[in-house]
Amino acid sequence: MTVLVDAETRVVVQGITGHQGTVHTRQMKAFGTQVVAGVTPGKAGTEVEGVPVFDSVRDAVGRTRANAACIFVPAPYAKDALLETVDAGIPLVTIVTEHIPFHDMLVMYHYARSRGTRIIGPNCPGIAAPGKAKVGIIPNVVFRPGRVGVISRSGTLTYEIVNGIKEHGLGQSTCIGLGGDPVVGTSFVDALPFFEKDPETDVLVLVGEIGGTAEEDAAEYIHGHFSKPVVAYIAGRSAPPGKRMGHAGAIITRGRGTAETKLAALQKAGARVARFPYEIPGMVAEIVAAGSPR
Amino acid sequence: MVKLAEWRGKEIFRKYGIPLPPGRVVRSPEEAEAAARSGEVPLPCVVKAQVLAGGRAKGGAVRFANTPPEVRTAAAAILGLEFKGEKVRELLLEGKLAIARELYVSITLDRSLRLPILITSEQGGVEIESVPDAAIDRQPIDPFPGLAAYERRAAARSLRLSGGPAKALDGLLPALWRAFQAEDAELVEINPLAVVGDGLVALDAKVIIEDDAAFRHPEYAEIRDDRTPLEEIAREKEIAFVQLDGNIGVIANGAGLTMATLDVLKEFGGNPGVFLDLGGTDDPKKVTEAFLLMAQAKPKAVFLNIFGGVTRCDTVARGLVDAMRQVPDADRFPLVARIRGNNEKEGVEILRAAGITSVPDLKASAQAVVAAAGGPA
Repeated sequence: MTVLVDAETRVVVQGITGHQGTVHTRQMKAFGTQVVAGVTPGKAGTEVEGVPVFDSVRDAVGRTRANAACIFVPAPYAKDALLETVDAGIPLVTIVTEHIPFHDMLVMYHYARSRGTRIIGPNCPGIAAPGKAKVGIIPNVVFRPGRVGVISRSGTLTYEIVNGIKEHGLGQSTCIGLGGDPVVGTSFVDALPFFEKDPETDVLVLVGEIGGTAEEDAAEYIHGHFSKPVVAYIAGRSAPPGKRMGHAGAIITRGRGTAETKLAALQKAGARVARFPYEIPGMVAEIVAAGSPR
Repeated sequence: MVKLAEWRGKEIFRKYGIPLPPGRVVRSPEEAEAAARSGEVPLPCVVKAQVLAGGRAKGGAVRFANTPPEVRTAAAAILGLEFKGEKVRELLLEGKLAIARELYVSITLDRSLRLPILITSEQGGVEIESVPDAAIDRQPIDPFPGLAAYERRAAARSLRLSGGPAKALDGLLPALWRAFQAEDAELVEINPLAVVGDGLVALDAKVIIEDDAAFRHPEYAEIRDDRTPLEEIAREKEIAFVQLDGNIGVIANGAGLTMATLDVLKEFGGNPGVFLDLGGTDDPKKVTEAFLLMAQAKPKAVFLNIFGGVTRCDTVARGLVDAMRQVPDADRFPLVARIRGNNEKEGVEILRAAGITSVPDLKASAQAVVAAAGGPA
């Protein structure tokens, strides 16, 4: 096991008969992932991209020993799909589905956590370790095996940055797109310990966004517990201030949550800060060349 | 995010049994006077503009009246006012109460904790952001048991309530919690929550409903936040579209990439004004619609910055080429395209055949679009 996935990862795709489910099953297989089962209620006995389809996750696990799931089912049914995954005993699930109400996600997160299932997402690109496995939708073309870890709250910006790392002649160990929804299954702080322990990761790239305080929380963790060099980028430095959560939200995040507070916190924690996405690969390369921790 | 006007928020509160002042909504001075005369609204009363912006009392959008003719005069003075960009079309009339204390109570989401949080303060009646941290109490709520009795007692202690008002709070907090959950709210806020005699009364209501839960709340469908007409069209087509001041149009996919694009454009002196996030689509028609929408916003130049994942480069290229054929001559704009990622080669080829060059480098493409828009500001 590198970070959460490896060559032993066996994926069940929930919502495999839908358009996205089918397309990404093909892509995950092309990446080299063992996609062992699909689930769509009422479609048992059929096949999608050569993958057997079952009526329930429990059936799929019983027959194929799936140990990871990827959820593509539409938002109104995502909560049920996740509860089913958890009850089938699957320890890792990526939820690609977007627009899941956060009230549903609150229940999903705490239920999964109490039963030992880790959620990545929702509304996220998922996780990929080149040469091992991908549970999610990050385009295969951006990868190349290497020793740079990437964690990000963004989607396409993650692809942009991972691709930049590849084009600079470097490669990635594991890349996780956590998603930027109000409630996420795995935060930066949750993901950092895996990269700290991972013998295949030398440098970590952290890609954040304005809003919330996940980056400040990450900075605090990095300061005390993370020994590898970090290159950080925060998108939205010049965006007009968001007002998503209203006044009561503002007092929770009081004095935090802007690009400035995030960058300052990360810098103070010892991270190198990139001002633009295209500065990241060069900074990573310098750290790799120096061969020493920060 | 749907922000509800005070009276709509109070209708929700009423549904869950949260005590409110006696009152009603009116839409004309005549209706206001009649409501006061009939005794439906006890006198003296308060006349409040139903707008979403805060600071109504300071801004002259709240008045007091003692007689039916005074109610009419106050209503006539407030209706039609332009308050922080919103026109006043509705008023809430409520009987004035003998207020002993003004408190603050709300429930919202704490993203870091991944838990709802009950926020209380003794300093109600002012904007909560202006209250010092030490005067604010925060109590996370586990969604499974909900708000426990001991947590409600703790809230009463922190608000220094005892006797009747403490008992009232013990009933009010579960009601507020149920409203937060069942209505899929991002925020339920009572500010001020007044101590009146032996009980509590919600003098104001701020309720924000989450957009993502719209599928189970058709009742909020007709309530819209202020949008420009183009933003409204975009919403119907499920394209994220934001219009600000600025002359460069940005079409990207994904919020993070859109924001990063904005950062880079600003760095080179650009002034992006319209943002259009394609999201994930593999329908070239949606791309075409997005471009036609962008053309209507009359940008000086447009930057297309796509990293293909779910949205493949060839899809975007097809949609773009189709759009460029349809854009009327008068609405034409210089375009800089950068398409990378899935099916990049095919996409670049389609663009090339139509005479459009994709600039692969982010920095170079951003500089090119700033120059096309007339150079750095």
